[in-house]
Amino acid sequence: MRYNERELLSLARQPAEKAAEIRMSVPKKGSVLKKRLVKLVVNFLFYFRTDEAEPIGALLLEHCKITKEEENIFSISFIEEPERKYCFECATEEQCQEWVEALKRASYEFLRRSLIFYRNEIQKMTGKDPLEQYGISEEARFQLGTHRQ
Amino acid sequence: MKLNERSVAHYATCDSPADHAGFLRKRVERHHHHGASYQRRWFILKGNLLFYFEERESREPVGLVVLEGCTVELCEAAEEFAFAIRFDDAGARAYVLVADGQAAMEAWVKALSRASFDYMRLVVKELEKQLEEACKSLAACRKSPQRSFSSSSGRKRHLSNPALQPLQEKPTTLENGYSTWSSGGYVAGGATCTDHDGGQMKPPPLPPRRRSAAGSATGSPAPGLLPAMLESPVSPETICFSKLHNWYGQEITVLRRQWQERQKRGRP
Repeated sequence: MRYNERELLSLARQPAEKAAEIRMSVPKKGSVLKKRLVKLVVNFLFYFRTDEAEPIGALLLEHCKITKEEENIFSISFIEEPERKYCFECATEEQCQEWVEALKRASYEFLRRSLIFYRNEIQKMTGKDPLEQYGISEEARFQLGTHRQ
Repeated sequence: MKLNERSVAHYATCDSPADHAGFLRKRVERHHHHGASYQRRWFILKGNLLFYFEERESREPVGLVVLEGCTVELCEAAEEFAFAIRFDDAGARAYVLVADGQAAMEAWVKALSRASFDYMRLVVKELEKQLEEACKSLAACRKSPQRSFSSSSGRKRHLSNPALQPLQEKPTTLENGYSTWSSGGYVAGGATCTDHDGGQMKPPPLPPRRRSAAGSATGSPAPGLLPAMLESPVSPETICFSKLHNWYGQEITVLRRQWQERQKRGRP
């Protein structure tokens, strides 16, 4: 699958929501935890060798599961392959919890659900659709239920 | 750079909602000849990702365009109904796409212009604020029902109903792709307000705001496209959603006017 790697690299250089040096392992046989610079930008998690400017890799954070594992460790897996886990060992339990919270909210799908939730609540409370004033109430991305394809 | 391509491809083809879909002709540059050819592809927009497939029924996308930080503009190409996705990065290739007609082109430009994560985040933040304000007004009104309350008739109607509807559905365990909507139990964080039963209604918490450097803005226009009217739309100063939305709207209006003028003059 082709993709615009150049733009993804550019995104990796943007200010991050969260960035830290964390030990990380990839779901490959014999993979060990290695210190990486891990950087969250929009719905991508980039990981770098600590002395390099360009990331080794990127994870799109849609349809993934963030799991708090044992002490200081959390993992990211994707719903179609739940056994393949990217593991992250944090310095402290607190740092671990912060990352779990941040990553759980880091998907576009999460934002969409939040938007639908707020829209619904506001409509119930006020009787008005808050998106109407912006002229975007009909757009597919803001609808409940299935969208037209 | 590695990417979790298998998972990305799965996201593209699973039945999570697509924000827009349709056939477009995609320009393919041919350097050794002169000129370009176009390939008809099936495009699906999901969030800030634009996927394209060889056929509508294809199981896997041929390609992906990450849309963060792009601008979408009408195109000076020889083709009618053409538009381009461009990026700030000088030397980055642009994606030139051709729609089937005027309506399709406008729909795509509109959808793609609003496809960024940042835009979505702004909308959500704005709604969270509105909900907070609605809750506050509600609480205030309930505390002193005699106080005159200037609000829309809709709201008054709602407040006169003593049995406020408790929250029917709220998301629990909001893990990406695994959200379960069920009654009972609330998500912590975010704005709070109390409903009739004294329970807590807590909307899902928002992701922290991304500091964007001015100039690396999402949706910043191509140079010269919209001269005087613009400051950088996404900068520490313009966190106001309505400002950002107006900005997007202005760009579309200008583009449309330009296109219409060109139509009137006849294509050069």
